[in-house]
Amino acid sequence: MNAFHARLMSSVAALGLLVGAASAETIRWGGSADLNSLDPYSYGSTFTLSFLNHIYEGLVRYDADLQIEPALAESWEVVSDSVWRFHLRQGVTFHNGATFTAEDVLASLNRVSHETSPLRGNLPAYQSAEVIDDYTIDIHLNGAYPLLLNDLTNIFIFDADWLHDNNSELPTDVAAGVEGYTTFNANGTGPFIIDERVPDTRTSMVVNPDWWDEPEHNVTRIEFTPITSAATRVAALLSGEIDFVEGAPVQDLPRLQAAPNVNVIEGNALRTIMFGFNRRETLNDGRENPFNDLRLRQAIAHAIDMNLIRDRIMRGASRNAGTLVAPQIPGYSAELDEQIAYDPDLARQLVSEAGAEGLAFQLTCSYERWVNEEELCSAVISMLTRVGLAPSLDIGPWAVQAPRMSGGQADMFIFGWANEPMLDAYSLLVQVVRTREGTAGVFNWGAWSYPAWDALIDAAAVELDRDTRLGYETQVLAGAREEMLFVPVHQQPMAWAVSDRVESVVQQADNKPRHWLTRMAD
Amino acid sequence: MIVFLIKRLSNAALVMLAVALMAFMIFRFAGDPVELMVNEQTTQEQRQELRERLGIDQPVLMQFARFVGNAVQGDFGISYRNQESVMSLIAERFPATFELVILATILSLVVGVPLGVITAIYRGRWFSEAVQFASIIGVSLPSFVIGILLILGFSVSLGWLPAFGRGEVVQFGWWSTGLLTHSGRMALILPTVALSLYQITLVMRLVRAEMLETLRSDFVKFARARGVPAWRIHYRHALRNCLMPVVTMTAMNIGALIAFALVTETVFQWPGMGLLFIQAITFVDIPVMAAYLVIVSFIFVTLNTLVDITYALIDPRLRDATT
Repeated sequence: MNAFHARLMSSVAALGLLVGAASAETIRWGGSADLNSLDPYSYGSTFTLSFLNHIYEGLVRYDADLQIEPALAESWEVVSDSVWRFHLRQGVTFHNGATFTAEDVLASLNRVSHETSPLRGNLPAYQSAEVIDDYTIDIHLNGAYPLLLNDLTNIFIFDADWLHDNNSELPTDVAAGVEGYTTFNANGTGPFIIDERVPDTRTSMVVNPDWWDEPEHNVTRIEFTPITSAATRVAALLSGEIDFVEGAPVQDLPRLQAAPNVNVIEGNALRTIMFGFNRRETLNDGRENPFNDLRLRQAIAHAIDMNLIRDRIMRGASRNAGTLVAPQIPGYSAELDEQIAYDPDLARQLVSEAGAEGLAFQLTCSYERWVNEEELCSAVISMLTRVGLAPSLDIGPWAVQAPRMSGGQADMFIFGWANEPMLDAYSLLVQVVRTREGTAGVFNWGAWSYPAWDALIDAAAVELDRDTRLGYETQVLAGAREEMLFVPVHQQPMAWAVSDRVESVVQQADNKPRHWLTRMAD
Repeated sequence: MIVFLIKRLSNAALVMLAVALMAFMIFRFAGDPVELMVNEQTTQEQRQELRERLGIDQPVLMQFARFVGNAVQGDFGISYRNQESVMSLIAERFPATFELVILATILSLVVGVPLGVITAIYRGRWFSEAVQFASIIGVSLPSFVIGILLILGFSVSLGWLPAFGRGEVVQFGWWSTGLLTHSGRMALILPTVALSLYQITLVMRLVRAEMLETLRSDFVKFARARGVPAWRIHYRHALRNCLMPVVTMTAMNIGALIAFALVTETVFQWPGMGLLFIQAITFVDIPVMAAYLVIVSFIFVTLNTLVDITYALIDPRLRDATT
């Protein structure tokens, strides 16, 4: 710990005492994993970003209905197709007292888009930025790009001088083998100030009394402890040692609901779980690929009993899906979301028409990437066996399975997509559905290619009129359903649990805790 | 003696090298860290670039050689998961594990030795049979089950003890201890008990077997014939003769406890080396995994060496044999 941090801590401690005298509303948060770092640009983890959003802020943010609203930028205008001008909020200060200006935005954009930044993919269209005056900045893009604001919700703003003084203008780089100052220290504009960080043990924050926004919360301190073992997390909540859990295990929900001092908050997350297929000419073992036959893909869709999965494996907490995106995602269409009928007889008939009786193949899953994934995959195996196929389960840790799936070694695989952080169906379309080419189709794991869809996706990429753009997107989603590109299963459940010390928390479908909206009971 | 030490040191170095080599051969099956490090919108080219910069696209032997080269200079690299220097990560976690293991060892001796003596003396009586039976349960229940049961009983139902964490700790330089604060001591109780249960039964059974042996020996019979009081025979004369193997086993098992502690640490969110290692596996954090394995093998070799040296000091006959 260096002098600056010590100074920060002592001033923060003094502050804590002052505020504590008025009303000490501490929320004790038991997380299912630790954040990776205090540096938002260091590791591609949605959870880390959502945690650090308490300390750092972007130019814009999502409001309670997941609509974009101004944050550090007060307004913006599109100057030309590839230039956006942002007018910044005045009178905002960083936690160290420095004033927020356009230079800070420039330094932050350059940092996140630097070639060693693991998060540069979050700002794909960025080319450069130009400071017009202290509170005006122009962002230059590669071309017309309608989703810049969505991307900017996740680009947090650092203080340029602070980065410079601490030699942190470049992102932290694991390969370089040196620790970064920003890994252990944070200086943002957000509603909370970092107080202490002991990795894997404790990360605490105190309220920022000089926050530019009108606080809706009454939290004065957040004490975060990662508790990776789910059973221990539940026990700690039941015994009153923690107040908030963002990862309550689905199988423990009845127990938590029955407890007198605990409330469960459930919802359907944005993430849609689905099954995809290898669509190369041949399977990994050299056989001719039977999944290129539409009838087989349809047979699999009709063989999966979504209601049973929802009721038994997800304890009634998931939402059956008919299309590949959740209802909150722009581009969604209710018409497409009609559930695919469970019809084992039809499935059996389609299997025999496709000549696939007794077809042996592997379903590739991981253990716990998605909610109750292992149980889900085992259930699907027996459902597919019942209609005359002979699947076997290939399961392992995510880090092992991910390269297998992306490398075409999986015949059929489980897949989950939340469209985060963009919150637009374009995210799924460009990264999953589109033909793999350049920066597009990174998650096109089955190597499929539908040129007609690609044309629509590329048109959506540069279409600035929202309705036209969403029309293109829906059109592709309709095609995907017809072609059974993926078999959709459900929007997976998310469950938070709070102690009775918490009066209210805001849970949105993106599953991100936002404690600047949390109220503690008096 | 010096020759003996040099021999041992070179042995230790060889063992560590072998462990590291095996570790790097296994890492290929642990998965691809890059898949976890980057976010969803990263292109294949960018992923490949990161793999190249991290050197994980190189053959195993190259990675191994680079690791050894850096490790010799005391550089174990940076953790992929939380971007901290691996050495300081492990140094931070070591006191937590060490405290837990030492307390569990002490507890296992304090409870295990008397139980062993009693079950040996009162062999065949109902209570000693009951203790024997209970010890089988202690050996066969997996330690995560014991941990969860303890949490359910003492944290959730009774609310006496914390379910997770280390409580408040006091720092002395880089060392931290929970023994000096109330919450720290409370937090130590459950993990210590969970970790020591297996060790207690082991000590108890060993003491019991040794005692039964010693009680049959001639000097005990003579002592009885001379009319020495029973407690004096048992605790003064017989027990002393049993302790040598117990001390040896306990010392050697400290290494095993450090390794076993990872289950207990995971259940209780105990911020020690085991928890660090488990999380390193989930995130394919190669630098942390490699350093942990090498350091644990070093601890094993050191403990074995210390035991051997103690033996040599106690028993001159062995000194000749080992040099």
